Amino acid sequence: MQIEIDHISKEFGATAALHPVSLSIPSGALVALLGPSGSGKTTLLRILGGLEFPTAGRVLFDATDATNLTVQDRRAGFVFQSYALFRHMTVFENIAYGLRARPRAQRPAKAEIARRVTKLLELIQLPDIGARYPSQLSGGQRQRVALARALAIEPRMLLLDEPFGALDARVRKELRAGLREIHDTTGLTTIFVTHDQDEAMELADLVVVMSMGRIEQIGRPQDIRARPATAFVKEFLAV
Amino acid sequence: MSDAPITHSRPAHRPPTHRPVTTESPGFRYALIAVVVLFLAFLLFAPLVAVFAEALSKGAIEAVTSLANPEATSAIKLTLIVAAVAVPLNAVFGIAAAWLITKYDFRGKALLITLIDLPFSVSPVVAGLCLVLTFGANTAIGGWMVAQGYPIVFALPSIILASMFVTFPFVARELIPVMIEQGRAEEEAALTLGASGWRIFFTVTLPNIRWALLYGVLLCNARAMGEFGAVAVVSGKIRGQTATMPITIEMLYNEYLSVAAFSLAAVLALLALLTLTLKTLLEWRFADQLAAAHRP
Repeated sequence: MQIEIDHISKEFGATAALHPVSLSIPSGALVALLGPSGSGKTTLLRILGGLEFPTAGRVLFDATDATNLTVQDRRAGFVFQSYALFRHMTVFENIAYGLRARPRAQRPAKAEIARRVTKLLELIQLPDIGARYPSQLSGGQRQRVALARALAIEPRMLLLDEPFGALDARVRKELRAGLREIHDTTGLTTIFVTHDQDEAMELADLVVVMSMGRIEQIGRPQDIRARPATAFVKEFLAV
Repeated sequence: MSDAPITHSRPAHRPPTHRPVTTESPGFRYALIAVVVLFLAFLLFAPLVAVFAEALSKGAIEAVTSLANPEATSAIKLTLIVAAVAVPLNAVFGIAAAWLITKYDFRGKALLITLIDLPFSVSPVVAGLCLVLTFGANTAIGGWMVAQGYPIVFALPSIILASMFVTFPFVARELIPVMIEQGRAEEEAALTLGASGWRIFFTVTLPNIRWALLYGVLLCNARAMGEFGAVAVVSGKIRGQTATMPITIEMLYNEYLSVAAFSLAAVLALLALLTLTLKTLLEWRFADQLAAAHRP
C-alpha cells in the first residue's frame, strides 16, 4: 500500500511534537524513521497507526483520505516497543486475538484460525511455543510473537516502534534478518522507528532522518551516507 | 573415623555457611518474630477469641437462640442486603473511576482523585449528617420521595447510600496503582488488532486487574458490612427495620444482653473470616496465573 503523509503536524498542549511534515512512501517499501529521542518519529508512526490524530494535515492510503479512519479500520499491524503482549493469554491466544475480534460475519472458523496461527508460528520460526505464556519467553521470542500477532490481522502495512530496542546485540542482528525476510515474503509496506543508524542503514530501502519534529533528509541509505543534507544529519551519522 | 583422609577434617574444607548478606543474626530474627507474634496475639487474635468466648459463655444453645430472635435475623438480613447492593455498585463505579483516571488525561483529574479519597478523610458521622441534610424529609428531594411513599432517610435507601459513601474509595484505590503500572500498551495493541472498546475491556483490561479488583471488593464488602457511624446517623436505629448488624450489636450491648450482642458480633466476625477464606482459596486455586501475571 502506498502511503502519503501530507503536511502532518501534531501539538501536545503548547509543545509541537511534529512541525508540518510531508513524506511519500512507495508501496512495498521498507522504511526507517531514524532520529534521536524527541525527534517525533514515534509520534509520526502512531499517527499512521491511528493511535494519535494529527493536529493538522492529511494521511492518504493508496490515494484515499485515511486521516479520520479509526484505529480498528486502518488494519495497520503495529508492533510496540515493549511488545505489549497480552500477559494473561497464551502465545496462541495472543496471535489469534485479532481474528477472534472480527465481527461474526468476517470471523474465520475455529479450525481456520488455528491453521493460520500455526502458519504464523512457523513463519516466525517458533512452531512449538503456542501453549506458553509471554512471561515464559525470551525477549527475542516475544518480539517475534508480537510480529506474528500483528501479521495475523492481514494488515495493509506493518508499523514497528523500536522493534529491536530492548534486545542484546546478537539477537538484534538475527531479528533484523528475520524482519527483512518477513517483509520480502509478505510484500507489506513496512515502517520502523529506530535511533540506531546502523540498523536503519542496514535494513531499510528508504531512510527518513528526523530531528526536533522535522524531517531532515529522505533518501536511500547510501545516498544519505554520501551526501548528508544538513549539518544535523552529518553530525548524527558521525556519532 | 581414623581411616578418614586428613584433608576432610581440615576446617578449610568445611562447606561454607551460605548466609545471605541481607539476613540479620538469628537472635535478632527471633526477637522480631516474637514482637510481631505477640502484637498480633494481643491486638487481633485475643479480641477475636474473646468475642466467641463471650458469645458461647452460656452455651451454644443460648447463643443460637439469641440469633433466632427476629431482631437479630432482621439485622443480619438488612446487612446482607446493604452489602449486596452497595458492593457491586461501588465495584462498577470504582472501575469506571480508575479507568478514567489512568487511561485518559483531562482537566480536573487531580480534583477527582481528591474527591475519591474524601470518604477516607471525612468522619462517617459527618457523612451521615450530610446525607440527612441532603435527602431528609425536609428537603426537596427527600420530601418528594416521602410523598411518593419511598422515604430515603431512616429507611433502606439512606443506609445503602451511607455505606456506599464510606466504601467508595476501596475499589478505585486498589485499582489505580495497578492500572497505572500496566499502562495503556496492551489496550492500544488490542485496538490496532481491531477490537472494540467493550471487547478490549472484557478481554484485556478486566483480566489484568481482576486480582486488584477482588481485593478491593473484599475490603469494600468488609467495610460495608461493618460500617457503624454513618449508618447510625441515617438509619434512625429502628429495631427490626433499619438496624444493621453493627447497630443492633451496640443496642443489645447497651441493654446488657451480652450473649445476644456477642453472638451477633461473632456472626459478623465470621462473615469477615469467610471473605478472607474465600480470598485465600482463590489465591491458592489460581496461584500459577497470579505468578504469571506478576512477572513482567
